[in-house]
Amino acid sequence: MVKTPATSDTHDPLAAIRTRTPARIFTGRSGSAYRTQTQLSLRLDHASARDAVQTDIDWEQGLGPDFLQAWDIFAVSSQARSKAEYLMRPDLGRRLGEHAQAEIMARCAGGADFQVVIGDGLSVAAVVRQVPALLPLLRAGADKRGWRFGRPFAVRYCRVGVLNDIGELLAPTVLVLLIGERPGLLTAESLSAYMAYHPRSGHTDAERNLISNIHARGVAVEEAADRILRLAELMRRAQLSGIAVKEEFGALAQNAPPLLADE
Amino acid sequence: MSYSTTVRGQRFSFADLREVFAKANEDKSGDRLAEIAATSEQERVAAKLVLADISLSDIVANPLIEPAQDEVSRLILETHDQQAFRPLAHLTVGEFREYVLDEDQDGARLGALHWAIIPEVAAAVTKLMSNKDLIVAASKIRNITRCRNTMGQPGVLGIRVQPNHPADDLGGILLSAIDGLLFGCGDAVIGVNPATESVETVSQILHGLQRLIDAYDIPTQSCCLAHISTQLDSLERSAPVDLLFQSLAGTEAANASFGINLDILREGRERVLEHHRSREVAWVGEEVMYFETGQGSALSANAHHGVDQLTLEARTYGVARAFAPFLVNTVVGFIGPEYLYDERQIVRAGLEDHFMGKLLGLPMGCDVCYTNHAQADQNSADNLLLLLTAAGCNYFMGVPCADDVMLSYQSTSFHDALGVRQLFGLQPAPEFLAWLEQMDIFRNGNLAASESFARQRLEETVKLIV
Repeated sequence: MVKTPATSDTHDPLAAIRTRTPARIFTGRSGSAYRTQTQLSLRLDHASARDAVQTDIDWEQGLGPDFLQAWDIFAVSSQARSKAEYLMRPDLGRRLGEHAQAEIMARCAGGADFQVVIGDGLSVAAVVRQVPALLPLLRAGADKRGWRFGRPFAVRYCRVGVLNDIGELLAPTVLVLLIGERPGLLTAESLSAYMAYHPRSGHTDAERNLISNIHARGVAVEEAADRILRLAELMRRAQLSGIAVKEEFGALAQNAPPLLADE
Repeated sequence: MSYSTTVRGQRFSFADLREVFAKANEDKSGDRLAEIAATSEQERVAAKLVLADISLSDIVANPLIEPAQDEVSRLILETHDQQAFRPLAHLTVGEFREYVLDEDQDGARLGALHWAIIPEVAAAVTKLMSNKDLIVAASKIRNITRCRNTMGQPGVLGIRVQPNHPADDLGGILLSAIDGLLFGCGDAVIGVNPATESVETVSQILHGLQRLIDAYDIPTQSCCLAHISTQLDSLERSAPVDLLFQSLAGTEAANASFGINLDILREGRERVLEHHRSREVAWVGEEVMYFETGQGSALSANAHHGVDQLTLEARTYGVARAFAPFLVNTVVGFIGPEYLYDERQIVRAGLEDHFMGKLLGLPMGCDVCYTNHAQADQNSADNLLLLLTAAGCNYFMGVPCADDVMLSYQSTSFHDALGVRQLFGLQPAPEFLAWLEQMDIFRNGNLAASESFARQRLEETVKLIV
């Protein structure tokens, strides 16, 4: 029989801690091991993450016809032909498929100031959850800045390296890839934004910037949109992306907590 | 030179040393992905047989990656102690395996060989060893390092507290860190992977960790595992840097994809040493670098030169040791199933990396971990954790309940640390242990009961933070 866990007790001070971090802290112990409740909740969350990785969600259904129509989003594929192949062949996931190139060329005008591409990555759930809120904010921000906004499209079985192929094809000034992150135990709905200035063949991670952990307990979509747009401004100013371009926040955030011995 | 052999009537020929090295590996999905792996089990063993008869001097004389093309190859040659190598030069790889495993070769003797052995030789001998061989041989070697405390002594098992937060919330980070301290973890380092790569974020994390260390006089190091340039920019703006972190790879091109080269590492280390001299801290040593590595990173960056991932990992250690690191750990299951498919491959790679690192003189730790798209689970992590503790691994990660809520992977926990320390009779670093006892977190070398005064003090801090 599993004893009632401390976390379910609303009077427990641990409840307050849980609001500060989603990490599993102050969970108690049985000898050197987890309490049974902890052990089983870890197993359950791992099971969910495993199932999330394996599930091939239909993202057209997930994003919904209204959203797809409103944004006129079309989907192409990388060179990977199945989820299994995608998982084991990162090289294929980094390259656009044969038909993809022609379709993108036919449907998108090149040379946008700000081009957004959506990739499934390892979590369609993240795309379905975050992109419908994020995309309009990015569009509005680009419009406000007078940037030409490229027609967004989606890439199935997509890896980050696909930025290079798209860059060669469409020559955008700034390219943003919104891609589903590997499901964790905390969430399967975490999205990353990989960004590059004039991406082209031969670019590596050293020429890319990343805003990760876009989800409810991480970076909120509003904040993510703001950071993506400001990073794009920095890239345009510096005329490059990657290691040499770092996000700037001005003054330090005011979340430094008190410590006992400071007082 | 011809590399061929006949096994049970079948002839196997290998074009060059690189092919022998690749095909002699235990099965790894990354070597398959690179299309350099053995295509049958017999071919794998044939390659091992050929490798066993190659002399160490032949390996030194025939770099797998041209020094003219690659600064890592040049560094390996420049740092090779040829005089110490001379007595080993005539040995074959097969003989060298027996040499390393011989009882006469104790820790002191193997320790004297660190700079006689080049990474490619360490990789070669590893390919002929069983998992148990790798544990037995590594367990003889203790590589001790010093910064604000002393890591790696016999009987010591260190733990890095890894209190990551998906939004870099400093209060959340400190809460996780305190949870770790109350389990006796955090002697290796309190090291945060930031979610955001900015000078402001990194500075704030570094200042926050330093306040915690100062508030309780904790004899340990802090670190924020951002890109080296971001840490140095933070240092420039007066953030305290105890350990300078960087991910490393085994080729010049792979390091370029990380945005680094040897000069950047050299300059960074110098700046941190100078910064240490300017701070009023009771340093016990001058080892100031922290490196993370892992098989498959060069292939992932398409920068592997047709060389297998085990050998490239050894070359990574050739880079690491040139900068006298305080901590080095392989992040063995992080890269995913394309490179290490399942528990079996992750366990093997973890044991290989730890042995090679120890043989090459590094203070080797391991992030025993897996991602949720690999064929592994927490039982896999338990298994490798126990094997590497038996092998004398310097330190592991301590993540709250092993679940990293920022990087979305599973590692090892504060509970795991307590478990293996108890099981193997190991203690935290001596300075840190003394602090734990003084704080009444430990009593007589073990975790004290929960009513201890120190717990109450730290928990008061927790209430303030929340």
